[in-house]
Amino acid sequence: MDGEAPRARASWENGSLAPVDRLRTERADSPTPGLVEGTEPGAGQKSAMFVHAQSFEDLNAEVEKDARRDDEVDRSEGEHAEEELKVLVREENIEEPPNSPLESRSKEEDVSSEAWRSHRKHVFVLSEAGKPIYTRYGTEEALSSTVGVMIALVSFVEAEKNIIRSIHADGYKVVFLSKSPLVLVGVYRTCQSDKELLRELQYIYYQIVSLLTLTQLNHIFQHKQNYDLRRLLAGSEYLTDNLLLRLDRDPGLLLSAVTCLPLATSARDVVSSSLQAAKATNLVFSILLAGDQLVTLIRKKDQFLHHIDLHLVFNLVGSSSSFREGEGWTPICLPKFNTAGFFHAHISYLEPASQLCLILVSTDREDFFNMSDCKKRFLERLSKRSAYQALKEALKSPSYSVAQVGIPELRHFLYKSKSSGLYTSPEFPVMYQSDEEQERLMGLYQDLHSCLHHPTRPLSYFYRCGETENLLAWVTSGFELYLCFSPLGTKALAVSAVTKLLKWIRKEEDRLFILTPLTY
Amino acid sequence: MVLLGSSGVGKSCLALRFGKDEFRSTSPTVGCAYLTRMVHLSDVNLRFEIWDTAGQEKYHSVTPLYYRGAHAAILVYDISKRETFLRAQVWLRELEKQVVPGSSVLWLVGNKGDLAEERQVSVQEGEELARDRGLYFSETSAMSGFQVSELLAAIALRVYECLGAQQEGLSEWRETPLVNLHHRDTFSSSAASCCRVGP
Ligand SMILES: Nc1nc2c(ncn2[C@@H]2O[C@H](COP(=O)(O)OP(=O)(O)OP(=O)(O)O)[C@@H](O)[C@H]2O)c(=O)[nH]1
Ligand SMILES: [Mg+2]
Repeated sequence: MDGEAPRARASWENGSLAPVDRLRTERADSPTPGLVEGTEPGAGQKSAMFVHAQSFEDLNAEVEKDARRDDEVDRSEGEHAEEELKVLVREENIEEPPNSPLESRSKEEDVSSEAWRSHRKHVFVLSEAGKPIYTRYGTEEALSSTVGVMIALVSFVEAEKNIIRSIHADGYKVVFLSKSPLVLVGVYRTCQSDKELLRELQYIYYQIVSLLTLTQLNHIFQHKQNYDLRRLLAGSEYLTDNLLLRLDRDPGLLLSAVTCLPLATSARDVVSSSLQAAKATNLVFSILLAGDQLVTLIRKKDQFLHHIDLHLVFNLVGSSSSFREGEGWTPICLPKFNTAGFFHAHISYLEPASQLCLILVSTDREDFFNMSDCKKRFLERLSKRSAYQALKEALKSPSYSVAQVGIPELRHFLYKSKSSGLYTSPEFPVMYQSDEEQERLMGLYQDLHSCLHHPTRPLSYFYRCGETENLLAWVTSGFELYLCFSPLGTKALAVSAVTKLLKWIRKEEDRLFILTPLTY
Repeated sequence: MVLLGSSGVGKSCLALRFGKDEFRSTSPTVGCAYLTRMVHLSDVNLRFEIWDTAGQEKYHSVTPLYYRGAHAAILVYDISKRETFLRAQVWLRELEKQVVPGSSVLWLVGNKGDLAEERQVSVQEGEELARDRGLYFSETSAMSGFQVSELLAAIALRVYECLGAQQEGLSEWRETPLVNLHHRDTFSSSAASCCRVGP
């Protein structure tokens, strides 16, 4: 294992750190393109589609602010808390025989069982009054005493004008996120940093806000502190469950980025302009998805979508089969855009069995027929063009093999262009086909990500030899790159692979990224 | 036509049966789903616009958008769950406030007839409620298909009769959206109605 401070990069890259002009002519022939933001492969040509997020730091900005304040949590209290935690984690140690039957449905799981306690990531959402709102495993009812302990911890520390951030104990980490009127608690057995874990809790928080709006949440709890929010969330737990799965599996959530369906620029441009042509007064965003990949996104000028909001939309569409029947019309809050109000989304598939799902986001709840008409116009226009065929063809190979890059030792990679907020990644090779292996690899990437984005000692690159694979991560102001090599490779080889890979991505960027996003 | 009732009673499954005569379990409806279905009566074809609303409580504030102005409202409950029957009565009271008597067809439907062994609401109770409040009544099973196409045909016939008084044919039918989404300020919800555009 070794890591180096940012300065080390200069020698590594032979002085190519000199300020790179943002001239587009340099795009194609810069030897190690994209050291500077805006020139990296995949950087959009006009403007980004998303809220300009320096990714992770941006997302965590609010958390950081608080962190400063309460870094100084009184030691003795910390210890005290730790003891109570042991009650929390161990309390249920007693009766259960070790071979209790394993429930397949996590919701029915017995919260006193070994199986329940051995889950790697528990997530609980509670109200400030201490009512359980959501638990990832088991039922909320069965957890009222556990939740009581949690809320006692939170308020105990708060009484001293402090905020409890996390407790580290005995292989467990308990992370707290207080977002009035909700409190989120994660109990983890992982080596991810607190910062990463907080990010995950924030996603869960935003998921709940996107269903109800913060205004409504506040309103409810101001009226009735003791309100059982599960009433309003009933039937939507599956969205949170799925989001938690995504957090373990989807690189987009880790990278704070979105991936695109590989598609020839000519075809993508036709699709985009057809979508752009079908406009309406209150239409703010139109998003065309193919599974979890973006085909195109048109936004109203000056309005930006945040990648978190987009991931919430992906999660909604990906988790609900109900949009398959007819046209969906639903209020949805995009919390990064505005926590106070609902947008109204028209959600429908282009064709009955198609993977292509169109989401039209309007500000007006009575806009259904206008949106429906936009979709009709888009589809009419598109089906006359050969690009539609090309798009359907592209759906058949939604990913590419890493072999195309031509680096034998390279098994897999994640590449994110920071300025466009888009990432690309090949399909998982054979040795990472199973869910467990994919999650393990994602776990490795998460570790690398934690190291690069360490709150006090961030690294700019990181090389790590393991028994099963070697890993290299590199972050510049333009991109983030995570590579997975066979364990037989060397560091020198890995370093030379980076240049080769960046060249390949540059060559393919037209297909892999959306370089010319359109607006209304 | 608008489908109302608690979450999980089988509204979406019924709507699917109306069109395709198949049964598939889908996830709970998000917001509302809009479908169109053609119904062939002996001398006329009717095109139904169906609003399949979500039964989940968080969407209740938007539901009145859909039943206002509907020609037919179908109140669905699950015969194996008493609380869904009670919930249907709450919807009924809401509807009665909005609907001009005689202008639309109201139908009470006890679904999941196949779950006779777990029945919590008897046929008589359903019939009685319907009789007292002037509704039509059926028991169906979206799963087996029992009585579903009969229900749709019967609804279509009643709607046609209801309109037929004014000699309205298919052409005019098509031009009148069943739900007038342009009643602006006629209802207010607890939730903010739309989003301010701007950061
Ligand atoms: N046994 C039985 N199950 C049914 C029947 N109709 C629907 N279901 C089941 O009930 C569940 C819910 O059905 P949906 O049609 O999605 O319910 P819904 O009323 O649309 O629910 P919301 O969209 O949440 O309002 C599904 O799992 C169906 O399989 C039926 O006639 N018999
Ligand atoms: Mg439904």
